[in-house]
This record gives sequence, structure tokens and C-alpha cells, in this order.
Amino acid sequence: MSQALVIVAHGSHLNPDSSTPTFDHADTIRAAGAFDEVREAFWKEEPSFREVLRTVESEEVFVVPLFISEGYFTEQVIPRELRLDGWDVAEWDSDGTDASHVTLTAADVEKTVHYCGPVGTHDAMSDVIVQRAQSVTGDPDVGEGFGLAVVGHGTERNENSAKAIHYHAERIRESGRFAEVEALFMDEDPEVDDVAEFFESDDVVVVPLFVADGFHTQEDIPEDMGLTDDYRTGYDVPATVDGTDIWYAGAVGTEALMADVILERAADAGADVRDAISRVRAETGGAVGD
Amino acid sequence: MDASLFGRFRTATDYVRDWSTWRDLPETRRAFLRWVEGADDLDIEERYAALRGDGIRRRWGQLLLTVSLERGHRSYDLRHEDDADRSTDELTTHDDPLDARHLATEDDDGRYRPLKTAPTLRTGWVFPDLSGEEVVEAIDYFYPATVANWHREREGALDVTHWRETAERQTGIYDVVDELSGEQVEWLAQSCCVDSQCLKRRMWDEEEGAELDVPRGEGAFPCREPCSLVVAAARKWTTLEREEAREYTFTLTPSEKEQVEDLVDAVADGRVGEIREADVYEGANRYRARYLRAKRFDDEGNLSGVPTDDEEAD
Repeated sequence: MSQALVIVAHGSHLNPDSSTPTFDHADTIRAAGAFDEVREAFWKEEPSFREVLRTVESEEVFVVPLFISEGYFTEQVIPRELRLDGWDVAEWDSDGTDASHVTLTAADVEKTVHYCGPVGTHDAMSDVIVQRAQSVTGDPDVGEGFGLAVVGHGTERNENSAKAIHYHAERIRESGRFAEVEALFMDEDPEVDDVAEFFESDDVVVVPLFVADGFHTQEDIPEDMGLTDDYRTGYDVPATVDGTDIWYAGAVGTEALMADVILERAADAGADVRDAISRVRAETGGAVGD
Repeated sequence: MDASLFGRFRTATDYVRDWSTWRDLPETRRAFLRWVEGADDLDIEERYAALRGDGIRRRWGQLLLTVSLERGHRSYDLRHEDDADRSTDELTTHDDPLDARHLATEDDDGRYRPLKTAPTLRTGWVFPDLSGEEVVEAIDYFYPATVANWHREREGALDVTHWRETAERQTGIYDVVDELSGEQVEWLAQSCCVDSQCLKRRMWDEEEGAELDVPRGEGAFPCREPCSLVVAAARKWTTLEREEAREYTFTLTPSEKEQVEDLVDAVADGRVGEIREADVYEGANRYRARYLRAKRFDDEGNLSGVPTDDEEAD
């Protein structure tokens, strides 16, 4: 039976770069040849969630949300707009980071839809954060003597938003690779503004857990951390703030290894993509993981 | 072989070729590619003569497809309709259908196109030799889901979702859009959904049996539901429409009143960029607008010195 991968992401009416990581990861997966079709769909761009399933010809479709946390989009908007019959968030049996997949049908097409949890809460995402730290420092062994800050948006409306950040911070901390690991936030305590205060290390890598670069990762966070007074003038990597060298990585979602997490989600839902995962890892530098 | 015998042989070969071309294709793609070359309208000899000659052309939004037979196989040339008469050498050539994504992102002025079916597709490129599968893939990146919805419509199975149902389904920050009245939905469609703004043919109305007066458009492919841009615009209109109208008294000359109307028209019709620098006869000319502002706005930017809110007058 032919199988399609549909990557669903937010997209933007205003920012043409919002969809770039989605297209890049889709291209990596296409090149790996695991699926008969790979298609991108967006909440704010086209094809819309509402119409994407009719654009693929395969009978079996794996839908992977390129979102960071479980919540409004993964639990309400995406299943509703895809018209997933019988969707019930309880079937994910998740406490905020455990959603794996559920198999349903969609009301407007005759296809089997495997609806997966978001990439942001998959265990493999911890590897991408570490890979991002390697990319920004240019050091494949980065860790010793370095602090790592995993930064989330944070919002009081969705407690799961912070859970994903804490989850990966804890996993990386347990691995013992970095001297210190902290979870920081834009809109709640502990705040990224005072990043240097949370670390004793002289070097800190800051990785925002965002899908795409945009207003938050390119303007807000660099200015809040004091890397620059005006984002338009740019900032150094590393930049020294209060005596600490801050290695600011930008959105983790732009890291090539994200393609691996998308494949892992589909594999967990039963897609036959193991060979492709090996190829994608080899190509995107992701030697870590099990 | 005499000419008539050769002709009969070729026709027989064409029947076989035609059959083998279409037999294994998925239904939607087959229907579309057959429509491109008029397979339901032209007889096979006529059609193959055209395919061997200059090819058969079809327009799809602003796209121009030309299918021809090259070395016995169908070859599809895909380009902007405005580039119809330009030679391939004058255009940037592409062979990967995925390039369509990038070609569709910005218009000729480098501005982002959030709506793929806006009539602002950039020019200057060509896919000179795509297969049938590739041309459908490219089209689906230029105009996502249009082939699928066109096919559903032809089969009498287009699932139209009207405004009320779409509005009532919304949650979060879009939950409010169901407040718009029927008249306001007319204005919404008039602002966003006419041919000058979008090439889809609007098939949705306020609700089943409550048709909007706004023209549906002439497009080849249908619009089966208000899109995300329309819903996002509706959210803004909804909050603006919550305001009560009030009376203001402005002092303007007759020409200044008409200038204000010209300004709104020029912005609404996207003509601002076309108005020449020194054409002060145009109401929306920049110098004319600057003169009006210098004369009629106070230091706070209030038209005729009239404050927007009463409190400002205190």
C-alpha cells in the first residue's frame, strides 16, 4: 500500500520564512525516499489543513505536526481541520509530553490517517537540541565547561508549552554532557532575560525550542538577553553578557536533524521508514540517539 | 508504404499510445491531463496532429500549459501566461517541480504572496519539459489543491463549506467571526474574493440558499470554503464593526473630498505604485497627499483638527 507523509505546520500570512524549515525538512525526507509522497500543509498558508489530504494519492497517510508542544493546535485545530472522524484527545493518553499516534479516517477522503504527536515532545528532539549546540559552537564535542539553556515561549494558557521544555532540559541534564542545563522562558519565570544569572559556566549555549525563526527568536530573545540593543544591527556569536559568553543558536527547528524527528514520529506510528532514518541521520549529522 | 496506409498505421499507433498513456494514472491526475489536451472534445487524429504540431495550450489561473509530443512522449511546458510568446532562452529554466514553491513565494516586486491564488504570480521562468506527473506536482505547488477541487467539481462532488459553517467552527482568537452580519459578509467577499484579488471561483455563500451578490469570478478552479486569509481579515472586520458610528464635522473643499475618495480607491485597487511621481492631477499622487496632510492635519495627525475621541478634545 502506498504511503504519504504530510507535515503540518503553522505558516504565516506575513513572514515568508516561516514555512522554510518545513520545506527544507520535507526535501530531506523526499530525498531519503521513504514515502511515495511528501506534502506540507499550513494553518496560515496553502495547502490548508482543510484541503491537504485530498492532494495526496496514497491510501495511507502519516500526519506529523511540526509543532513544539501538545495543546491547542495538536489537540483541537489540526484534528478538526483535517476532519478526523472520532478524534478524542483521550486516546493519546498523554500528560503533556506522551502523545504518540492514533489511527483514524478523515471525513472527506477515503484514506487511513495516522495522526502523530508533535515533533517537539519526541525523545529524539533532545538530540536535535544538542546537535544545535554543536552547530552554533562548531564543536562536535561541545558540553564540558558549557551551560545549556533550552528556551520556550511559555504561556499560562497552555501548561504543556512549558512541559516540553522541561522534559528535554531534564533529559539532556541526565545525559551529563553539559556542565549545567536550565529551562528558561520568554513569558514566565525563570525568564531568559537574566540568562547569565542562572549559570556558573563561562559559556552558555542558548537554544530556543521554536519551529521557525521569526519575531520571537530573531528580535525578542536576542534583545531580552542583552545580546544587542537593536536586533537590526545583529549580534555576535558568542556575545558577552555580564561576563558570560552567550552562544545564541536561533530556532532549533531550522536544524537539519529535525527531519529525523519527523521520520521517528512516522515510524512510531507504523511507517516503514527505518532505512530512511539511517540515511537522514547520516546526512544531517545526527549520529546520536538509539 | 503509401501515405494513406501510413496514416492508418499512425492512427492505430496513436490509439495504443493514448490507451497506455492514461491506463495506470490515478483518477484525478488522468482527468486533469486529459482535459489539458482536450481529450474529451477533440477526436484522436485531430488531437495527435495538434500534439505533433505546436502543441495544445491550456490556461490554469495565470499558468500556461503546453503539451506536445516529443520523441513519442508527452512533454509539458509550464510558464506564466504573460510569457506565452517569449522564447525559452529568455526565461530562467527549471526542471524540478519543487521549484514552483519558491517561484510562488514572491511577486515580481519581491513582495511576499500569502495567497497562492492571488493574480500576482511572478513572471520570467519556465519548466520547458515536464512529465505529466511532474506538471501536476508543479501546479499543486503554484495553486495548492486546485486540481483536486476542480476534479471533485467535475464529478459533481465538490464539498462546499459556506461562511456560517466555517465561522461557527472557529475557536481561539477567530471565535468572534460569526458575529458578522450577512451584509458584512458581502463586504468581506467583495474585499477579498473577487477576480482582481483571487483567481479561485467562489462557490461558498453566506449559507446554503443565501447567495451573496458578489460575482463568483471566472476562474477555472473553485473555492470551496473561506480561506485562512479571509477568516483572519474577518476577525479584524468583526472587532472594527463593534464600534458605533458617530458624526464628525470636517472642512474640505470639493476637490479635497474627491481626493480622499481617490486615495481610498487607489489603495483598494492596488494602483498606488502606478501613479507617476509628478502626476499631481491624480488624487492619490504622493505630493498631492502630502499637500493635503500639510494643510488639513494638525500636529497630532487629526484630519481638519477634529480629534478621533471626545476625550482628546478635553
